[in-house]
Amino acid sequence: MPTFEYAPAPESRSVVDLRTSYGLFINGEFVDGGGTAFKSISPATEEVLAEVSEATDADVDAAVKAARTAYTRVWSRMSGADRGKYLYRIARILQERAREFAVLESLDNGKPIKESRDVDIPLAAAHFFYNAGWADKLEFASLGPNPRAHGVVGQIIPWNFPMLMLAWKIAPALATGNTVVLKPAETTPLTALLFAEVCQQADLPPGVVNIVTGAGPTGQAIVDHAGIDKLAFTGSTGVGKMIARAIAGTRKKATLELGGKAANIVFDDAPIDQAVEGIVNGIFFNQGHVCCAGSRLLVQESIADEVERRLKRRLDTLRVGDPLDKNTDVGAINSRAQLDRIVALTDAGESEGAERWDNGCELPSKGFWFRPTVFTGVTQTHRIAQEEIFGPVLSVLTFRTPQEAVAKANNTPYGLSAGIWTEKGSRILWMADQLKAGVVWANTFNKFDPTSPFGGYKESGYGREGGRHGLEPYVKTGA
Amino acid sequence: MSTTTDTPVAAAVDATARARDLLGVSRLTNQALTTWLHGLPGVDQVGCEARAAALATRSIKTTSKQWAIDLAISMIDLTTLEGADTPGRVRGLAAKALLPDPSDHSTPRPAAVCVYGDMVATAKEALGASGVKVAAVATAFPSGRASMAVKLADTRDAVRAGADEIDMVIDRGAFLSGDYLTVFNQIAEVKKACGDARLKVIMETGELVTYDNVRRASWLSMLAGGDFIKTSTGKIQPAATLPVTLIMLEAVRDWRDLTGEMVGVKPAGGIKTSKDALRFLVTVNEVAGEDWLSNQWFRFGASSLLNDLLLQRQRMTTGAYSGASYIADDSPSTAY
Repeated sequence: MPTFEYAPAPESRSVVDLRTSYGLFINGEFVDGGGTAFKSISPATEEVLAEVSEATDADVDAAVKAARTAYTRVWSRMSGADRGKYLYRIARILQERAREFAVLESLDNGKPIKESRDVDIPLAAAHFFYNAGWADKLEFASLGPNPRAHGVVGQIIPWNFPMLMLAWKIAPALATGNTVVLKPAETTPLTALLFAEVCQQADLPPGVVNIVTGAGPTGQAIVDHAGIDKLAFTGSTGVGKMIARAIAGTRKKATLELGGKAANIVFDDAPIDQAVEGIVNGIFFNQGHVCCAGSRLLVQESIADEVERRLKRRLDTLRVGDPLDKNTDVGAINSRAQLDRIVALTDAGESEGAERWDNGCELPSKGFWFRPTVFTGVTQTHRIAQEEIFGPVLSVLTFRTPQEAVAKANNTPYGLSAGIWTEKGSRILWMADQLKAGVVWANTFNKFDPTSPFGGYKESGYGREGGRHGLEPYVKTGA
Repeated sequence: MSTTTDTPVAAAVDATARARDLLGVSRLTNQALTTWLHGLPGVDQVGCEARAAALATRSIKTTSKQWAIDLAISMIDLTTLEGADTPGRVRGLAAKALLPDPSDHSTPRPAAVCVYGDMVATAKEALGASGVKVAAVATAFPSGRASMAVKLADTRDAVRAGADEIDMVIDRGAFLSGDYLTVFNQIAEVKKACGDARLKVIMETGELVTYDNVRRASWLSMLAGGDFIKTSTGKIQPAATLPVTLIMLEAVRDWRDLTGEMVGVKPAGGIKTSKDALRFLVTVNEVAGEDWLSNQWFRFGASSLLNDLLLQRQRMTTGAYSGASYIADDSPSTAY
């Protein structure tokens, strides 16, 4: 009997009209940057997709000035209702061009098309819709008396959810009346540049949104620029700390969404089949390039073998490969550098004595790939239990009592998210109260909604994004 | 692809003795069954439905679609279960099963024709030694509200008339009132009355409502000796949904882990299109595994599904849609 092989079902690339090179988006127009242009490649094939400008200090200065002018002359004078109209318009255009954005995101980032199509892009549009509704209701959002914009906001976003992080940043900033200078990550700038076209299409006043591309030095120029009133950063804890140091003693405000090492805690009375799905979704969604990924599985010792057996059987069905194939579950690692880091940390896991298993799937010959991997016999002292791997690698630890689960879950410098799997409602509430994590999921994982605030404790950063709480960092209040 | 339905039924075992053994009890009581069934892991409704929805996004194209359509056709229990059934209608259905597409003799035949007990002889005569089975619904289908004596007589009557397979209904009232032992005993007795006929146990999941109940009813049916677990009679909505079938596929998978034995799964009612059928096959493939991808272990209880599969099959062969007028239809159905 032949097995049920799924023939390739690739999404068409023809919907994306890529230019050979892109400039910076400043004051409503694309302009050449002063730095050395760099290439954005597809991590699945290492094919060059486009050449992108590098913004120098002078380019960042021009962008900040354009944002200041737009803020002073246009955006701060506009009513909330009118700002909302622009946001609604952008949201609708994102929906209309959703397929184009999804394909481009998968090309540039390496994530499976089913995720960019069903998660990233619909959620990005949803954030614009949600924040559009707040634009004329800020006085009623319990933000404090007389809520008003800071002015010009500098925003630096990561490569794991390029378009979604852009939406998380830009939508609340514009809704509250700020103007924006945003830098996408150097490995995934293309959807942000396509978004710049959307701003033009929506007739957004020039300078309200400025997009500057580049690597660390460009980000540094934004952080250091005296014309920036507030910073919003999502990325590594290391860079977050540098930003916090750089702005210490200045008047600049900041929100930081940083790393995580989330515990996904499975009790012996959990709905096992759904818990296995939640473990898979927790760490293999987006190749594990998720700051809130459930990278540590804490499973009650009495069911550890059973969960491990079911998990491995499930991982054997994961389909790793072409991100544009609609049946792909796990795509490409975003960059060579990230792949090297995953390899180094998993090698450390092995040499420190944890037992390594992967699903043995075939990997494409070109591009950056890593098999879904599980480490069992992991203890708190192992590096793979402590450090953020940011890849498709799960560390399995066990516990005996709820108290021990809490202690182990909290025994990390991070505190972004956690998951609890049990049929006992009272235990969910008790655990949620004890866990030092900004987001706690019960009997699910990696669920996001624009109405729900997201953010961390401890070294996972400060400030919240999403929901009413996500407006707070973008306004000042009082007389 | 395997299309054989001729595997001999597992040697008759004393269901009660085996259940005692599996449960580790000296006497099979309702208390023992309750403890066992309620000890099964719970089902999280949101997570279960999300998993089914994710499986439904698989995109099956070209050669794999061709293969899956033929497989789906071979898994159909072509069904007519109406008060208005006549020998003529049953013969028409049998003719359809024997030659599903007169324009293409390479089209596989459905697994069985499924009728009420009094139509078994007619169906059997029409199908002869073709290999297409006759399945009969029995045990006071669809409600199951009759005495045990009547249910057994109903079963024996169908078997005597030549039924190869018996589709029984469980006593949902007993199940919902917590009387699992009655449900167990009824299935075990009907199984004995089946002789060599394979027994499909209809749980009527639309009346059990919760996924926890579906999981418990699946395990109870397997424990009592069912050869197949089946979702629905087709007379109650909702009938065969993908999440319910997913729960049942997990049950047969886990049952094999426990006992080494395979049990079949039959979603019935409400599966109308090729696209639906392919989603079920994807779920079979990824949840239970490829061992279940044959009509010995998976069936669709359906009638109109066949014509949509034929339409798609013609389109893949000829490159163009023909339309319903070009699909022979001896038995336009209203029930499914």
